[in-house]
Amino acid sequence: MRKNISKSHFTSYLILIIIGFIMIFPMIYLVLGAFKSNQEILSNASIIPQKLSLDGFVNGWTSTGGNTFLTYLLNTMKLVLPTVLFTMISSTLVAYGFARFNFFGKKQLFILLISTLMLPNAVLLVPRYLIFRNFNWLDTYMPFIIPAAFATFPFFVFMMVQFIRSIPTELDEAAQIDGCNSFMILWRIILPVCKPALFSVGIFQFVWTWNDFFNALIYISSVDKFTIQLALRMTLDIASQTNWNQIMAMSLISILPPIILFFTAQKYFVEGISTSGLKG
Amino acid sequence: MQKNKKKDRIGYLYILPWIVGFLVFQLYPILASLYYSFSEYSLIGEAEFVGFKNYIQIFTEDRDFKNSLIVTFKYVIYSLPLKLMFALFIAMLLNMKLKGINIFRTIYYIPSIFGGSVAISIIWRFLFSHEGLINQLLAYINVEPIAWIGNPNLALYNIGLLTVWQFGSSMVIFLAGLKNIPEIYYEAAKIDGASKIKMFFHITIPSLSPIIFFNIIMQMINSFQEFTSAFVITKGGPMKSTYLYGMFLYDNAFKYFKMGYASALSWVLFVIILVFTGLLFKKSSMWVHYGDGGDM
Repeated sequence: MRKNISKSHFTSYLILIIIGFIMIFPMIYLVLGAFKSNQEILSNASIIPQKLSLDGFVNGWTSTGGNTFLTYLLNTMKLVLPTVLFTMISSTLVAYGFARFNFFGKKQLFILLISTLMLPNAVLLVPRYLIFRNFNWLDTYMPFIIPAAFATFPFFVFMMVQFIRSIPTELDEAAQIDGCNSFMILWRIILPVCKPALFSVGIFQFVWTWNDFFNALIYISSVDKFTIQLALRMTLDIASQTNWNQIMAMSLISILPPIILFFTAQKYFVEGISTSGLKG
Repeated sequence: MQKNKKKDRIGYLYILPWIVGFLVFQLYPILASLYYSFSEYSLIGEAEFVGFKNYIQIFTEDRDFKNSLIVTFKYVIYSLPLKLMFALFIAMLLNMKLKGINIFRTIYYIPSIFGGSVAISIIWRFLFSHEGLINQLLAYINVEPIAWIGNPNLALYNIGLLTVWQFGSSMVIFLAGLKNIPEIYYEAAKIDGASKIKMFFHITIPSLSPIIFFNIIMQMINSFQEFTSAFVITKGGPMKSTYLYGMFLYDNAFKYFKMGYASALSWVLFVIILVFTGLLFKKSSMWVHYGDGGDM
């Protein structure tokens, strides 16, 4: 019996390791490829670089669109950080409203909110573009930042609602008796407890906005305002087949911030996905 | 009591940002897009009402429509079940209380962090390009290079594989669900002499069914709109074999500036997604079991 168990564990480990290797392989390959010379990438299938080369980074950094990649990184930050901040604030406020107050029509409004979770963005595409055009927001980061300030990400609101609901109301009531108004309750009682959920929201929004290629492609047109995703695509188009090491090096730089965030805040990723995984 | 009512009304104040956001960035665009879908609008001048012209053109004249619809269906049907089955399979392995599970969970989740980022598509393009790594490896065992991206019969599967590879977040959701299944169910089944396969179909699947259902719906909605991988890896080619609906829509709106026509296309997609979601919901009562009734 005992032997049986360890045998099945062994097979499980074996499967996990083999699939795990396949899963992670493209990433490892990217990291190592970034340190190879271009010639080596194209001619040699060995995974480990035979000679460490920083050419990819040095040349790739300056090769695209008359700017260095620093510009694109900073641009991306200018877009991502306000979007994340506003998402966190607006999602918390709205979630607090839904989780703690029994106003008329709440249930219907909440169902409405949840159903927008399933609204395909494609159907909003054209009119949103036209709205932002009318506001003169094309080629700015406003189309990202302003909708975030108005809680248009139902996923995050839902996540926060689930979390706030799980906090016992006794503390709220005690604070209310002590003369706290609803905002003070949110600020002093709910918010400190909500930190993990709030981090999850921030982290997910950071990663999603950072990776967002489609919206950047639509709204940002001048190279000086390009985000890292657009810059990468441009590098790919300019360099085509010739400079794979530069492309790999810049790809590596573009995924570093999400990766670093993931490893420092892994707990929140997992918690975020699990709590929002719709238990009911 | 009176005071409570007043207090509850403050709730509107808190959800106000969402109400404004919903009206301006969701409800208005939906209605506007419906209107545009019956008009011709090229960003110059005013939208001109043309009745059903766009829709008639979509269903009778536009060969790209038919092609991209078929391509997208193929893509969804191929990648979605594979992705979810994979996610469930790995989640079950990870749920076996082995040591070092967290490391595996991390490794399996990493590809999902990058979602639709360009870097991922770039890696994919390189791995599967003509002189790419996969073909270099094949050369070692004397296999001729395969045109993974250049062959119209393979390209779409290649892009689908990229989606399957990113099964991490579904996996984490499944894993959380598996942890919630009471151990006692399995123990009881064991006493009754149930086989592992039986336990899987009679305990695991029914207990997870709401989560599976949620995953299918959300992944389906996303898959129908996939864009970046096709745009970056294959540019919709070769011979439009990867011309996904998302790309088709993008081209009409932002390459040809046919805003009215693109709106009509987006409504066709919307209705398709709606029909499929509706069907899934309708069929769901047959296999989705809610243990304690969803809590709203």
